[in-house]
Amino acid sequence: MIVARRQAERLSVLDRPNSYIGKTVPRPNLDRLMQGRGLYVSDIELPRMAHVVFLRSPHAHAKIVAIDASAAKRMPGVIAIVTGRELAAVITPWVGVLSHLKRLKSAPQYAMAIDRVCWQGEAVAAVVATSRALAEDAGEQVLVDYEELEAVTDMQTALDPKTPVIHPALGDNLAFERLHDTGNVDQAFEAADEVVEAEFVFGRHTGVTLEPRSVVADWNSAEGRLTIYQGTQAPHMVQNIAALHLGLREQQVRVVCKDVGGSFGIKVHIYADEMATYALSKLLRRPIKFVADRVESFNTDIHARDHRCKGRIGVRRDGAITAFKIDDLTGIGPYSMYPRTSAIEANQVVNLVGGPYTTKSYRARARVVFQNKNVMCQYRAVGHPIACAVTEGLVDLAAIRIGMDPVQIRKRNLIADDAYPCASPTGLRFEQLSHQACLTKLVEMMDYAGLRAEQATLRRTNIYRGIGVASFIEVTNPSAAFYGVGGARISSQDGVAVRLDAQGSVICQTSITEQGQGSEALTAQIVATVLGVAMERVRVILGDTDNTPYGGGTWASRGAGIGGEAALQAAKVLRKNILDVAAAILQSNPAELDIAGNAVVNAGDREPRIELSELARIVYFRPDTLPPGIQPELMATRHFVPREYPFAFTNGVQASWLEVDPETGFIRLLKHWVVEDCGTIINPQLVDEQIRGGVVQGLGAALFEKCVYDERGQLTNANMADYLVPMAGEMPDIDVGHVVSPTRESELGAKGAGEAGTAGAAAAVINAVNDALGPFGTLVTEIPLTPQVILTALGRL
Amino acid sequence: MTAPMPISLEVNGERVDLHVLPRVNLADFLREHLHLTGTHVGCEHGVCGACTVRVNGEIVRACLMLAVQVHGKTVQTIEGLSDSGEVADLQSAFRERNALQCGYCTPGMLMAAEDLLKQQNEPSRELIREHLSGNYCRCTGYQAIVDAIEATAHSRRGRPR
Repeated sequence: MIVARRQAERLSVLDRPNSYIGKTVPRPNLDRLMQGRGLYVSDIELPRMAHVVFLRSPHAHAKIVAIDASAAKRMPGVIAIVTGRELAAVITPWVGVLSHLKRLKSAPQYAMAIDRVCWQGEAVAAVVATSRALAEDAGEQVLVDYEELEAVTDMQTALDPKTPVIHPALGDNLAFERLHDTGNVDQAFEAADEVVEAEFVFGRHTGVTLEPRSVVADWNSAEGRLTIYQGTQAPHMVQNIAALHLGLREQQVRVVCKDVGGSFGIKVHIYADEMATYALSKLLRRPIKFVADRVESFNTDIHARDHRCKGRIGVRRDGAITAFKIDDLTGIGPYSMYPRTSAIEANQVVNLVGGPYTTKSYRARARVVFQNKNVMCQYRAVGHPIACAVTEGLVDLAAIRIGMDPVQIRKRNLIADDAYPCASPTGLRFEQLSHQACLTKLVEMMDYAGLRAEQATLRRTNIYRGIGVASFIEVTNPSAAFYGVGGARISSQDGVAVRLDAQGSVICQTSITEQGQGSEALTAQIVATVLGVAMERVRVILGDTDNTPYGGGTWASRGAGIGGEAALQAAKVLRKNILDVAAAILQSNPAELDIAGNAVVNAGDREPRIELSELARIVYFRPDTLPPGIQPELMATRHFVPREYPFAFTNGVQASWLEVDPETGFIRLLKHWVVEDCGTIINPQLVDEQIRGGVVQGLGAALFEKCVYDERGQLTNANMADYLVPMAGEMPDIDVGHVVSPTRESELGAKGAGEAGTAGAAAAVINAVNDALGPFGTLVTEIPLTPQVILTALGRL
Repeated sequence: MTAPMPISLEVNGERVDLHVLPRVNLADFLREHLHLTGTHVGCEHGVCGACTVRVNGEIVRACLMLAVQVHGKTVQTIEGLSDSGEVADLQSAFRERNALQCGYCTPGMLMAAEDLLKQQNEPSRELIREHLSGNYCRCTGYQAIVDAIEATAHSRRGRPR
């Protein structure tokens, strides 16, 4: 097997006795979280800390005529009431554009609205008081006089000449447009025997992190330093942006990120209210705490998806797909988010459609429009669920049209596993993928033939079950091509420092962050393996710009692949340094020594020579006993960023088995399968759990999750009772399998796994629902697949 | 009804006597007055289950109860259940199975799971899923949590009682 051969060639520092690589070991520090002894930002209290509550616009679009805070300022506990205009003296506005997204435009956004609000939930004033409750009391006494303006809510009419332009200085409501054409697309459609079209609709949804966004900002005017405690995925990015807009040097800003109660991309952005909190701390010279409540979370945490995508596929009777074409439209709210922008999702849709297939002919248009709704931006698996559902939906439609089995048409068209390296029609470069091997494994895992037989039998008793299959590709390990080339100061490289302490234990500081994925665990596994020490001896420090190397953090499925490789390289250097010292102490040669079981051993007979604790004692306390000229360096730092490939693409395939009740429109998920290829697997359990968690977020989008706006731009379900997320009783068991194609860009060989589950889950479910409803001759291409959507499609509503 | 009211109760085995405003809910009381931050606040309207605690032995949503309502009662939080060792095996199973990622739902999840295990010594996976349906987890997809609870039930059955 190709994969096995590739691995065999790669035997390296990771393939050592007692290696932790590829082993399921529990994550360090779980007890802290399980005993309720973690430290989330919402738990933090500082001396003199005050609480801010933001007064938010009830209108989607309105002029602020006047703000009268005189009565509110007399309320108990009130420290200050600050308007947007007052805060603008402390913090400068920003524009969420990137130069590599050509002609992307947006308007300056302020920390709080100054004379106009552009979405329901935009902050207009900050009420700072000694407690959150008192701040809320006072907020009720602030009188804001609004003059309501016409709200632009429907993305389909946002570009119509008669629709008001939200930011007149921009000329129109078009934020971004991308066209892509490989050429010969019309001819490719003409060469097809059948051409099938459909429009796919994706609801607006959001991340619903269980811990809302939270910040404690502490400006110490005597030190001239701002410490920001925030649950963020990118501490150095926050440091850079806070410093930039507050007029500070980066070294005047420290970002500390302890435990984070869920992130999923929600906490990788810069939010206006967080910027306002930093500025308030500077203005009021004391710690200020902001914790969003759930209504605020729904109204201000970035939303995602909300695409309408028309798709077209050409297919020959022999099953060959001749061409893809899409026309995608999305509405992103009134501003492009900062600093990653709100054009990335649509850009990814263009990039990824058709990606798993050999089809060369592809034409795409994506348009991104402004509207008076909450801002939209990157959430887990950015663009992938849309591209995957459109591509896989079209492939299934083509299969139905020519009477071919959905697995067969994929086998016929997926890129062959020996065709790499190769590139997609949009120029994405694939180093090594394994679509065919994954599909073969999936078919075996799920007993495809058996399920088809069961499906046929049950149909005779009016039970409608369906099978849906979806192949996908996933962007992981992004290089500077993602953000850096566009001018954003978002690091694509990560750094790790490793040192041997005075008792022979290991301290490891890494710039990747932990939000529950297992960053700490995988870093400790790699370092322990390379060094030859027990994992319990490795302590990992992360989430503190004062105490870690500079780096990107954990997002875009990059932590293991980039931060993990930096850890590997740093540990290699420390290992060499330790062996050099050991050779001097033992009057031996470094090549004849190794480290195993927390001791330096003979490389040959594995006899222990000196404990690491003893070596550390000599180095730190009796360096006088070392031979002259020896200066040990028991600390090493290495950084890593992929350079050859802009992204390490991964791939996989998912399948859903479900039952649709045509009477009620309810869908019951029975089982879900995933086979994916993330390269070297550091900890199989952690990878599987990332996949499962990701799948369930995708299933939420497929079945339940939607931010429902009315025509005036009011979010009508901004609470957890009305906005549905997957619950334990509704979710199926998920079987996960793997194919392993390590990337050669790094010694570790790891690619990302965090978003694969979310990328393909909804597509598999949509295809399964349409498979189940086959006998009714109906087609559903809208998610969430609520009972209303199903019954409407069946003509029963 | 806006002046602080005296309340006396037992929290994790310790006597507590304090004055609280009538509007303070139990979750905020535990977190802000007693600094027991293991009880988490996720939705503040009784849906997500992150604030699940025990009052007189029954699990409740601490965000849906006022602190004054627990006057004279016994409250147990995750800190108490952890220190007493009552959920040590369940926590161990969660660790082995990686049944938590960000950990924010976990205290409430453990509370709900322990409640089920006290009532049922052989719960089916369906019953476990049903019992957890008031506790949201956005990270795991639930399967690992179900596995951990199932494994704990199994090991408790083999244990002399």
